[in-house]
Amino acid sequence: MIPSCKELTELVSQGEDRPLRWSERLRVRLHLLICEGCRQFTRHIAFMRGAMQRFRERD
Amino acid sequence: MLNPADIERERSYLLKYARLQLRNPVQAEDLVQETLLAGLEGAARFSGKSSVRTWLTGILKHKIIDQFRRSSREQPLAGPGDERSEADIIDALFVPDGHWQQRPSPWGDPEQSFENQRFWAAFEECVRRLPERAARAFTMREVMELSTEEICQELAITPTNCWVMLHRARLLLRECLEAQWFGQTHQTTLPR
Repeated sequence: MIPSCKELTELVSQGEDRPLRWSERLRVRLHLLICEGCRQFTRHIAFMRGAMQRFRERD
Repeated sequence: MLNPADIERERSYLLKYARLQLRNPVQAEDLVQETLLAGLEGAARFSGKSSVRTWLTGILKHKIIDQFRRSSREQPLAGPGDERSEADIIDALFVPDGHWQQRPSPWGDPEQSFENQRFWAAFEECVRRLPERAARAFTMREVMELSTEEICQELAITPTNCWVMLHRARLLLRECLEAQWFGQTHQTTLPR
């Protein structure tokens, strides 16, 4: 039921590209409750998207 | 009215944009040159509804995608061997049961790095180090802001394949940024 870290990264990455199903979102949340490393990963992914945007906008 | 100086002013921005997506710097310069020329020729049609930069970037985007199409016809990007080795690189980040080999560490307040020129040099270098197919899908998604459907269509791959490429690119970019920047106490330039 609770995905591994590797599966978690797949779901979080896909969450940037398509809406996750309800069951997928639940699995992500369950995993993040117990995994500090993946909580960091999720923050880093969000940061990288912001960095790309910043990269485009800056001179 | 749009004058040539307004167009020329965007050259360095367009170059930066093109270089992030094309490995070949000569090709990047050529496409930017063509874009500037197209801009000069089409200046009368510029509506002024968007900024000059947005307008020129739109022209450049099409030229980059055309370039991708041409090059994938001439030379397929990866064979089964490359696919295997990319999958192996990703597998190596995890132990067999799917836990991290090395857990991602906290990056503190990463947005502070936006003010640092050296961060952007490290960032560009990390994007350039991505495997080529993954890099292509990733920059189409994050730089050109295309949807997965559009990327699938342009690269002639399935959505699943596209998600795999994007996942690889994000994992590897994260690893590289942590190794080259956020994990460094002095956050100096990349080793050569």
